[in-house]
Amino acid sequence: MKNKALTLPFVLWAMIFIVVPLVMIVWYGVTIEEPIPYTEIIQPDGSVIYELENGSRTTEKPWQKRAVVSLSNFKRMLEPTYLRLLLRSLKVAVITTVICLALGYPVALILTGRDFKRPALWLMLLILPMWMNFLLRTYSWMSILENSGILNSWIARLREAIPVLDEWLLARGVRRRIIFLYNENAVILGMVYNYLSFMIMPIYTVIEKIDRSLLEAAADLGASPAKSFMRVTLPYSLPGVLEGITMVFVPAVTTFVISQLMGGGKVPLIGDIIQNQFGKSSDWHFGATLSLLVMVVVLAFMGALGRIDKEDEQSKEVRIL
Amino acid sequence: MENNVILSVKDLRVVFEDGFVALGGVSLDIGKNEFVTLLGPSGCGKTTLLRCIGGFEKPTSGEILYKGEDIIHLPPYKRAINTVFQRYALFPHLNVAQNVAFGPDLRGEDKKKTALEVSRMLEMVGLAGYEKRKISSLSGGQQQRVAIARALINKPDVLLLDEPLAALDLKLRREMQLELKRIQRESGITFIFVTHDQEEALTMSDRVAVMRSGEILQLGTPEDIYNEPQSAFVADFIGDSNILAGTMVRDRLVRFLNCEFPCVDGGFGEQAEVDIVVRPEDLKLRTMEDPIEGVPQGVVESLLFKGVHYEMKVRSGDSVLLVHSTHARPVGTRVKMFVAPEDIQVMHKSDCSPDVLKRHADRAK
Repeated sequence: MKNKALTLPFVLWAMIFIVVPLVMIVWYGVTIEEPIPYTEIIQPDGSVIYELENGSRTTEKPWQKRAVVSLSNFKRMLEPTYLRLLLRSLKVAVITTVICLALGYPVALILTGRDFKRPALWLMLLILPMWMNFLLRTYSWMSILENSGILNSWIARLREAIPVLDEWLLARGVRRRIIFLYNENAVILGMVYNYLSFMIMPIYTVIEKIDRSLLEAAADLGASPAKSFMRVTLPYSLPGVLEGITMVFVPAVTTFVISQLMGGGKVPLIGDIIQNQFGKSSDWHFGATLSLLVMVVVLAFMGALGRIDKEDEQSKEVRIL
Repeated sequence: MENNVILSVKDLRVVFEDGFVALGGVSLDIGKNEFVTLLGPSGCGKTTLLRCIGGFEKPTSGEILYKGEDIIHLPPYKRAINTVFQRYALFPHLNVAQNVAFGPDLRGEDKKKTALEVSRMLEMVGLAGYEKRKISSLSGGQQQRVAIARALINKPDVLLLDEPLAALDLKLRREMQLELKRIQRESGITFIFVTHDQEEALTMSDRVAVMRSGEILQLGTPEDIYNEPQSAFVADFIGDSNILAGTMVRDRLVRFLNCEFPCVDGGFGEQAEVDIVVRPEDLKLRTMEDPIEGVPQGVVESLLFKGVHYEMKVRSGDSVLLVHSTHARPVGTRVKMFVAPEDIQVMHKSDCSPDVLKRHADRAK
């Protein structure tokens, strides 16, 4: 704090790229657009002159609009349609996060295993697809899952090859072409695929940092691998788990591309609606209001996670005291 | 001794993946209630041997018998052996009492009983009342004691200690050496102690195994190791010494420093090349007026006051000898040197003799 000049670049950066946009979003959120008011004055010759509030007159009909502070967008936001969308977004994000955790933790654990050769290479292979364009990745999934896609053609071939299986499946009402795409599960699959590495990385990093001698000490004192996992690895990896949850949950709540592509527009999420406001519907004000809503939800979530983290530390503290 | 053996290591070999031979066929019997120290420079295989016994390292071949049963295939958590790790490996998320209670808790023992036992253990290691303290708030010596208490509460028959005192300062180390020795005597537990500090090894152990390059060079009581080293390496590693090339003229007569000395060793054969070790405190300086004949002469080159004694370097021909004496001789004094026959230790030549001899000869430069 001694040299304030050194912090200036950051302060400037934060002002331009964080504070100003945020203020703009809040401003848009709490205002609506309305046409500027004017009065028509019919001239003796029958022509019309428009007088604005500030007294200026024009012969052209005023087209400008102005922003007026109004909470009507907040009222609209609380309509069941939007709340349902938000709830679905939350549900999809929670499911995605849980699946990512269920897949990611074991992967991270295996990668940090002592007997695992070349963990860096495997980690790299896991992350490599993430270097490809996000859209490309999602389109690839679509071409695998679509009705005439790779998966369906394989299944078809398998059913042709084994007629008994085909009959058995038909008898159970399984159609020849299974519809994988354009439903909630497809959206979740797309999210899990895209966000999984964000779960693996932080967990891998914390587990990797655990002092091996602690695990040896646990084993020395009689802890089987399962017990030493419960008593040493798990408590030490918790910060990584919390970070992974945040890294997956937050983008999952706000995503729109995945739901549009994998869901084919049939599974709109809150992100889609927001994007819509800035695109087709061109209602930036309502878009901003919905953004604020999502922001509050995310902040509440982060706050809850942060409390878990702190409580965890506090309970440690308490136990120690 | 035979039926008193609790742990027996038989021809243990450990070859690392890169082909490095960490242990090249080590055999060692350790008795009940014994304090055995594995001593050697870093990279000699002492820690590897300890880790094999603890179950943290898988030997390439060989046997480890615990009470007569081969335990090589048992994972660490199934061995009734506990370890005090080099950097203690205490659990930082648990307090002192929870660390000590880790073993009993795992076995699901009664909490109240465990709490009492924890207090008793902490008292034994001099940390009574430290139950609720955070690990990070403890000093190195205190952490070390917690590590010992955490291991001892499991009442192992064998306790492994991997350089547990290495991180402590000299004064604390001395205290802990005595403390450990006391705990060992009181608890009746077999201690296998790893260190590279020869003084520590001599002070604490019932027996010392001097290791080098994955082999045990000599196993014996501290007195044996110090007074009767069997190779130049052991003599050099343990304590200060003068190691010289010599020739066994015949049994009980050895020639070095261009003089012949009566000695107590024999069986080397006539005119055999040997290594000689003479401890600095066993080299007695006499004045030139002394009537003694046929002994090497020299000139005092340096004189250092070391507290208990003076350390002098005496040049005699091409050699410079280290002499410890309570009696100082000024630099430049000409002296005669006398060694009693029983203070001359004659050793077979070994593969590291050239190295050691060269280093001792380099003192002359």
